[in-house]
Amino acid sequence: MSETSVKTLTRADFSSDQSVRWCPGCGDYAILAQTQKVFPELGVAKENFVFISGIGCSSRFPYYMNTYGFHTIHGRAPAIASGVKLSNPDLSVWVVTGDGDGLSIGGNHTIHLLRRNLDINVMLFNNRIYGLTKGQYSPTSEVGKVTKSTPMGSLDRPFNPLTLAMGANSSFVARTIDRETKHMQEMIKRAHGHKGTSFLEIYQNCNIFNDGAYASLTDKETKSDSVLWLDNGKPMIFGKEMKKGIRLDGNTPIIVEIGDKWSIDDVLVHNESDYVIASLLSNLTYNTDFPDPIGVLYAIDPPTYEDMMVEQINHAMDKKGKVSVQDILNAGDTWVVG
Amino acid sequence: MSKTTQKVDEVVIRFAGDSGDGMQLTGGRFTETTAIVGNDLSTLPDFPAEIRAPAGSLAGVSAFQIKFSSKEIHTPGDEPDILVAMNPAALKVHQKELPPGGTIICNANAFSPKNLKLAGYESNPLEDGTLDDYYTVYSIEMGKIVARACEDMELPSKTVDRTKNFFALGLLYWIYDRPVQPTKDWLTVKFGKRPELVEANIRAMDVGYNYGETTEIFTTRYQVDKASLPSGTYRNVVGNYALSLGLAAAAEKSGLGLFYGGYPITPASDILHTLSAWKHLGIKTFQAEDEIAGIGSAIGAAFAGNLGITATSGPGIALKGEALGLAIIAELPLVVVNVQRGGPSTGLPTKTEQSDLMQAMYGRNGEAPMPIIASATPGDCFYVAYEACRIAVKYMTPVMLLTDGYLANGSEPWQVPQMDELIPFDVKFADKDQIVDGQFMPYLRQKDTLARPWAIPGIEGLEHRIGGIEKEDVTGNVSYDPENHHHMVETRAKKVEMIAKEFGPTEIFGDDNGDLLILSWGGTKGSCRSAAEVLQAEGQRVSHLHLRWVNPLPHDLGEILIKFKNVLIPEINFGQLIKIIRAEYLVDAKGLNQVRGKPISSSDIQQAVKDLIG
Repeated sequence: MSETSVKTLTRADFSSDQSVRWCPGCGDYAILAQTQKVFPELGVAKENFVFISGIGCSSRFPYYMNTYGFHTIHGRAPAIASGVKLSNPDLSVWVVTGDGDGLSIGGNHTIHLLRRNLDINVMLFNNRIYGLTKGQYSPTSEVGKVTKSTPMGSLDRPFNPLTLAMGANSSFVARTIDRETKHMQEMIKRAHGHKGTSFLEIYQNCNIFNDGAYASLTDKETKSDSVLWLDNGKPMIFGKEMKKGIRLDGNTPIIVEIGDKWSIDDVLVHNESDYVIASLLSNLTYNTDFPDPIGVLYAIDPPTYEDMMVEQINHAMDKKGKVSVQDILNAGDTWVVG
Repeated sequence: MSKTTQKVDEVVIRFAGDSGDGMQLTGGRFTETTAIVGNDLSTLPDFPAEIRAPAGSLAGVSAFQIKFSSKEIHTPGDEPDILVAMNPAALKVHQKELPPGGTIICNANAFSPKNLKLAGYESNPLEDGTLDDYYTVYSIEMGKIVARACEDMELPSKTVDRTKNFFALGLLYWIYDRPVQPTKDWLTVKFGKRPELVEANIRAMDVGYNYGETTEIFTTRYQVDKASLPSGTYRNVVGNYALSLGLAAAAEKSGLGLFYGGYPITPASDILHTLSAWKHLGIKTFQAEDEIAGIGSAIGAAFAGNLGITATSGPGIALKGEALGLAIIAELPLVVVNVQRGGPSTGLPTKTEQSDLMQAMYGRNGEAPMPIIASATPGDCFYVAYEACRIAVKYMTPVMLLTDGYLANGSEPWQVPQMDELIPFDVKFADKDQIVDGQFMPYLRQKDTLARPWAIPGIEGLEHRIGGIEKEDVTGNVSYDPENHHHMVETRAKKVEMIAKEFGPTEIFGDDNGDLLILSWGGTKGSCRSAAEVLQAEGQRVSHLHLRWVNPLPHDLGEILIKFKNVLIPEINFGQLIKIIRAEYLVDAKGLNQVRGKPISSSDIQQAVKDLIG
């Protein structure tokens, strides 16, 4: 990416002239604000940013960013973003999606983007509900969710987006919360800095159809016991006094009190490059006995798809030399008439 | 004994055998040699969808037909003159299309009780005399002869038995007086790493050739003189390959990067394979996770400034429908190839059909017109691919390119195109000059084409947002305004209509008025042209008009149609173009409609014409 000629940009440079049309109080406002705040710091020329989205409340995001943007069709943003990135690997490509767009109708594209590892950043706004269609349950809604389409409660078990990302062989898996603005900024920077597909789940409150879905993670009283802030190389501790820790009992994670029986040295230390730890953390999400891990769960650096693609093309060109279409037209068994 | 040579104008051979008998390869080699000899030719491969249907079964029969001639020809022929049947199932399936007086060459060794039973024969047709009243039958123990020819080579007997198709090939080379050397050269390259296979196949071909030369069974060889084609350099070409070349030519000529996103599907996969092998041309191919991602990635590529291409068959188009609408409303250039096959649903994956025209015209939600161009012959696939790309970019619209299974796998001699003779293909991306009062207008249109600017990410100052929600004209902002929507729907339709001014006057084969006009589109061109030639030679007032573009239709078509007393539209569907023509011009056109998985025969068209005009 050409970063030499980048002008000093401000938040205002990234605000488009379109009026923002999310419901008042929607968590999406905070995500838009943090993105616009952080982007000037990324060292990328504004014209090199591209936002691609599908359908849903979150997918209106590109209209509000004064960058190149493409609001596409339901679930297909990862496919369209892949075409953009492969055509011009110099672009900084961002996919904005939701739990319905990215995990239900577009689930197939999401997992394949993750496994291919194109250098694309995915921000998945997870509000555990369908907002734009006015309140049906989503693939991340908890079992028994009562909505218009499930008056007696939903029957299907939810997806855990981060476990799915781990299973799809993702190279960067992280989570943040709409209310945690500083943390979100940090996560956006990490996602951008990661070379490969970064998958950032953002817990986002839908105050109209699923208000309070993450209340325990954002309310002052419950927050410290409900959130496990991840820090690479640091022990996994939480709680008001930071006296609770997570440790493995055999293969099973348990919560221990740091004090007489256990010391901080007995607590599991986070390692972003450890697949087993990341998988274990991702699985804590729907386990009500445990805090929800927030931060970077997993980050490794396999080669990107587009780098390997360009390498193959360069190799083929080196090997075969300069060939024109006319050369190929003329090749093979030919004969002359007249 | 003395052998005589007889001159003939044209010959139709059908090679038929089990899927494992190598009939496509045999046909392919005979075709290449025939091309080198300088005949005009046309081929029709016909193979089962199953990779390995049970050996010897009727379902596993694979065939390849070639017509070659000293004159210009347009089709792979209706009925064969000579049928090569490598097993009973092949005989059973194809004998009914061999007219009385035809010739059958069989591999007698394959007519075992087991194979006869699999094919449903109660007794051996080679021995019970049932064929002899109608056909000249040559029953040859090909398996035994090749085994003897290779007995000192210490090869597994199965390997040796697999060379029997080269025996048949060698014999036909003798009968039709063609050189064996090009095939020997090809074998040497093909099996270069396994010289024992080269040797075995060459021996099989040589004993086949010598079998014709020395045995007393064959008394006549046939000579088909060179065809008098327009002068130039020729090669043989298969439709999917020509189409891939057309795309590559468009990319090179325009200077655009070529991005192909697609998902494997019969009979379109060879386009993906061919382009994937051309990485040295800088072509990017992407095997997507599904059909939707195939077109999605191509749309993304188009947004980023590449020539975005996707190819599929009918079922894939069904899946791509919503994305096509996106490309239409986003007004991005895109070429979508549909290599049509028998439908609906999975239908007949390896058989040809023209039944996706309505899908191409109307198969999307909303008012979503898109230009449709159709290839007429295997070699024409090159030119229509080039033209589809050029129009897509010039008018900023997706273009549907229709071919079919017959065109995709069929071949013909092809005058090698010259890049510098192709229509110029210039591209201009939007730049800063198009910023008006500090604002870039992504839907400010060119007057002559109604195309909007192609503003690609990476250009400073042109940051803008597009999408699937209705756009306000000029600004491109989201708009729910009723007048604007009406205007935009009208504008997108008008844009497609404007493409018709690219066409010259419509060519008519024959007089511009008469008793009957045969109107065709796509792969039926050859059969229609042949029929018109025969009927004209008989003194009938019959002309032929072939449509290259089905949408938009040429401006002068309506005036032409009313000058004929009858209009006949042969289609491999149950009447699709005919509905458009009747609706558009209120002409009482008649259809000739067959969906048998193969081209409509020229003789059927002649009969349909006679039924109409007597």
